[in-house]
Amino acid sequence: MNIYDIIFYLFAIVTLVSAAFVVSTKNIVHAAFFLIFTFFGVAGLYILLGADFIGVVQILVYVGGILILLLFGVMLTNKITNVEIRSGTTQIVPALIGVGLFAGILVLTMVSTEWKSAPGEIPFTTAYSLGKVLLTDFVLIFELLGILLLIALIGAASIARREKE
Amino acid sequence: MYEILTNIFNSEIIAILIAAFLPLFLFILPFALFAVYLERKVSAFMQDRLGPMRTGPYGVLQTVADILKLIQKEDIINKDADKKLFNLAPVLVFAGSYAAFAAIPFTSIYIGTSADIGLFFILAISSLVVAGILMSGWASNNKYSLLGAMRSAAQIISYEIPTALVILSVVMITGTLSLNTMSEIQTAYFWNWTIFGGAEWGIQKILLIPFMIVAFVIFYISSLAEVNRTPFDIPEAESELVAGYHTEYSGMKFAIFFLAEYANMFAVSAIAASIFFGGYQSPFGYFGNLIGLEWLIPLEQLFWFTMKGLFFVFVQMWLRWTLPRLRVDQLMTVCWKYLIPYAFVNLIIIGLISLI
Repeated sequence: MNIYDIIFYLFAIVTLVSAAFVVSTKNIVHAAFFLIFTFFGVAGLYILLGADFIGVVQILVYVGGILILLLFGVMLTNKITNVEIRSGTTQIVPALIGVGLFAGILVLTMVSTEWKSAPGEIPFTTAYSLGKVLLTDFVLIFELLGILLLIALIGAASIARREKE
Repeated sequence: MYEILTNIFNSEIIAILIAAFLPLFLFILPFALFAVYLERKVSAFMQDRLGPMRTGPYGVLQTVADILKLIQKEDIINKDADKKLFNLAPVLVFAGSYAAFAAIPFTSIYIGTSADIGLFFILAISSLVVAGILMSGWASNNKYSLLGAMRSAAQIISYEIPTALVILSVVMITGTLSLNTMSEIQTAYFWNWTIFGGAEWGIQKILLIPFMIVAFVIFYISSLAEVNRTPFDIPEAESELVAGYHTEYSGMKFAIFFLAEYANMFAVSAIAASIFFGGYQSPFGYFGNLIGLEWLIPLEQLFWFTMKGLFFVFVQMWLRWTLPRLRVDQLMTVCWKYLIPYAFVNLIIIGLISLI
């Protein structure tokens, strides 16, 4: 077991354990906070795979953006923090069958697929090539996404202002 | 540096761990000791007082005494606090602010990670601090804590935008996200600094100077807001919120928040120094080159880096004891109505100049 294996298992455990906490906890604020570790673990896995830019974007967007927004939403909404989320066990047989089938298919795919495991060259940095591809081959999609985000921003601002009428 | 450690301990893991802890024990802890003392003395002299004088000559041992006191304090967790999150929050805050040091080059031979996305990483990882602050505010179950945490998070998120825009405009010129490469580009004389238009001579350099100064001012203002220093310290405004998000913390947990704040102060100062003021490069050339001692150069670099960082930390303290605090609405006005538009215009102009 070399150092990369250890790091991989560390991040995998962090991701899985915190994800399990997120779905099993009854406190909605705890669930939101445990998501930090899930996102962080996933970012660590990305970086371990050589996708440093994607990993950092994962932290920036999910921890810095979405999660903080989520926390603001949860904390600023009246009485949501004290709500007991209903997470009792009902319909246990259908759930078991569904989950079992899904897990079976996943495992089957995992085992039967022939994975390409040739040792690839991990690039020193991905930011340069990523930027080049985004602004040449995918420039239309890139700019459309920009316009989409701008529309969302303007929409949010106009919804927030409408109160006075 | 890293290779040397691997050779000494014959194990990658131990070498990585030691390299990761180096800045904490060799740098941040002594720095915090010194900075707390400096802050007290600076504030005292600005208010025409003497400051700490009793513990040791001129009170230099005051911070050591403070730490001894904090270690002895009882660790109080209030009854209605959310214990799990309450204990986790200081760790998260400190982890966030310490992680930023991974991408800061102290000298040309020591940098935590040579990854090429340094600045971007620093921007991203500081969101852990926001999450930690929100966590501490919520877990304390205290209205002052929660208000402080909310203010702090809103402020840090807002001021991340002008910071990112300014960093983007510098990145456009230097063409790299790595602080190490950025420092290397601004070679060892002060007229090569980015704030003076970078190392390449030409019409571009002269045109860039005023816009780089604007960029630096915007960056410095927003970095003040990001570390919650006066005039942007509404998250812990003593006159309104007791102590903001760390009101309920005592003993070592409070000390960790305090340490994180000082680590953050140095981190943003170091980033400002690295991207605008030549990083670890000496402003007047190297003494080691002059007398032919190669090994002296990294030490000199460490000295200049520390001096530049400390200078900006001093400016932060200077501002703290000079300016009054902004109101919440003024704070948001400054960010959204002034800094962000100026940063955008600056970004576009710098982009146009770099096309020449």
